[in-house]
Amino acid sequence: MTEQMISSPLQGAADPGSALHTGVDPEPIRFLDDAGNYAPSATAAEFAAELEGVGVEDFKTWYRDMVATRAFDTECTHLQRQGQLALWVPSVGQEGCQVGLGRAAEPQDHIFPAYREHTVARIRGVNFVDVAAQFRGLTHGGWDVTDPANGNFHLYTLVLGAQTQHATGVALGQLLDAKRRAGDTALDAGEPGTATGEATMVFYGDGTTSQGDANESMIFAASYQTPEVFVVQNNRWAISVPVARQSRTPLYRRALGFGLRSVQIDGNDPLAAYAVGRRFLRLAREGHGPGYIEALTYRIGAHTTADDPTRYREEGELDYWQQRDPIARLETHLRSLGVDDDFFAETAAAADREAKTVRDAILHLPAPAADTMFAHVYAETHPRIDEQSAWFERYEASFEAEGTDG
Amino acid sequence: MADTGTGIREGSVETLSERTTLPLARAINEGLRAAMADNDRVLLMGEDIGPLGGVFRVTDRLQADFGSARVLDTPLAESGIVGSAIGLAMRGYRPVVEIQFDGFIFPAFNQIVSQLAKIRARHDGAVAMPVVIRVPYGGHISSIEHHEESPEAYFAHTPGLRVVAPSTPNDAYWMIQQAIASDDPVLFFEPKAKYWMKGDVDPSRPTTDLHRGRIARPGTDCTVVGFGSMVTTLLQAAEIAQSEGTSIEVVDLRSISPIDYEPLLASVRKTGRLVVAQEAPGNASVGSEIAATVAERAFYSLQAPVLRVSGYDVPFPAAAIEQLYLPDADRVLEAVDRTMHY
Repeated sequence: MTEQMISSPLQGAADPGSALHTGVDPEPIRFLDDAGNYAPSATAAEFAAELEGVGVEDFKTWYRDMVATRAFDTECTHLQRQGQLALWVPSVGQEGCQVGLGRAAEPQDHIFPAYREHTVARIRGVNFVDVAAQFRGLTHGGWDVTDPANGNFHLYTLVLGAQTQHATGVALGQLLDAKRRAGDTALDAGEPGTATGEATMVFYGDGTTSQGDANESMIFAASYQTPEVFVVQNNRWAISVPVARQSRTPLYRRALGFGLRSVQIDGNDPLAAYAVGRRFLRLAREGHGPGYIEALTYRIGAHTTADDPTRYREEGELDYWQQRDPIARLETHLRSLGVDDDFFAETAAAADREAKTVRDAILHLPAPAADTMFAHVYAETHPRIDEQSAWFERYEASFEAEGTDG
Repeated sequence: MADTGTGIREGSVETLSERTTLPLARAINEGLRAAMADNDRVLLMGEDIGPLGGVFRVTDRLQADFGSARVLDTPLAESGIVGSAIGLAMRGYRPVVEIQFDGFIFPAFNQIVSQLAKIRARHDGAVAMPVVIRVPYGGHISSIEHHEESPEAYFAHTPGLRVVAPSTPNDAYWMIQQAIASDDPVLFFEPKAKYWMKGDVDPSRPTTDLHRGRIARPGTDCTVVGFGSMVTTLLQAAEIAQSEGTSIEVVDLRSISPIDYEPLLASVRKTGRLVVAQEAPGNASVGSEIAATVAERAFYSLQAPVLRVSGYDVPFPAAAIEQLYLPDADRVLEAVDRTMHY
């Protein structure tokens, strides 16, 4: 599978024979094979300890997370087709790395998503209805990131790459806070990291690795040894452009050049994502600096509902990845642990119920009051905003008056 | 206060305590020192701001006073500086970013315009962005390309940002502290040509709020308005005009966004004439906005059209000819003559 994932022309990945590609890449870390049988790669051995104590009940929880997210995703795609959402960004096929990494984080950790991390949102406590609100055109955010109920899960960022720097800034803040607690006023070039007890994880995709911001954030993270984990979900496609257009080298290798510990995992194996995520987050919290995880996965759906993958993707490629669906793989693993049909039937039914509840709630979300556009532009009083909101109110009221008279 | 064990005693930093004559750059330095001593969440970030004290020495000795964990020399990447400052603000810090030169701000444009300016609104007010971006701006220093520009209009055009520019050492000292105290992002344009201009700094109390304009010189015949280093040029023009029998009132804008129109409109209602002066190219500029607003609000007081004196609509030229590009007292007076004889 590794050879196929990395080098098959079908996948559009870097050519290992290229003169630009030096050395041999280790096998991507995985615990489950393509079918979901427990068959750890040699590279997984050093991370196996992270799965100690993680048992069937945990895997069931992960499975529920994934199935619920896919049902929500499917529902939102339908809502967009019905004209109820302006746009939808499906995460279908990427639930595996998201569930592993989402479950690997501790409550005190901060998470910066791109805009396709619905599974992680759910794990951190964000309501799916709030996730959908911006795609219904009701807000540019959707949830209160300062509310502990939302698990330090930050807002989706649509200008890709920008969030990597915000994550690095928050991680730098975590570092500075720890230094202050220790009475350390120095942050010198080349100094080792500082134990913080908390970390920041940031998600983005293979396309975003080409953004300057994503590269600068790694430079800052390495320089200051921030407690941070970069997660690149390499889903092979940046809308219509294959990853080979972004990079001639496997993406995890770039991070090595920045001085980050970096590995490539099978992104459709939740166990691999959990084990490596857990290790890297702990190393970050303990003062060993930032890490980088390239999760090899696949965007089974379209980029967004405005996309048409049939114009640029081969049918066979989709088939290949559908046979390695992360949900199916975890199901196989659960069955090998003795979980029976009842659980899967119950999970599917619960996910459907949840998705329908969310659907109803989305359809009943209130439109924001018109004057809210003025409300939060500035923290402090601003004459131009005050004048314009007052004028707006008078102007809008003039129509009401006309209506009354008429 | 606590001895940190690293030779730096927090709370022991000496800040300006009595009225002193200081160059403008040093006044900003003292303002930064006072803000940092007052609030330990205030951090400085930028290129070469540590041991060197910045290319203009504005942050001189601040790293020695507060430590390298509060005065952060950064990698050479403006977007990364601003983007990281945003994250630090999310974490409750109050970062003050130095962009080395005006023309170097554009690599950070996305972080400033699409992120910093919008984050508060995106979060429905739940997340404040108390970030100050210090930008040495403007010409008159005979430097190379990208070192003498006036990019304020881009930021004044952007909702969510505040934009200010001091013209005197006392304003520089106070306005930097007021900008840092603001819970909104502030672009702080420093008139680099006036960094060495001396003036009285009174640390006992600020003269006014951050976003108030002021009358820099009273007059009766014609109003001229500008900000930052242009104010010096306007005062020179007023002096020359006085000797020729024309009384010019000089308004120092101080705040570019929002603009405090009250003193400006009051002045125009008195003089009936207005000339707006700026170093930036005039097309779609701050001066254009002022001209339009004054025309809207003081139409019946105007004896003549509002005139703009700007840089030409060309890239900032080579140093050898920059004095021909930059509006000087003569160019201002040429416009004053036109408005007086309209």
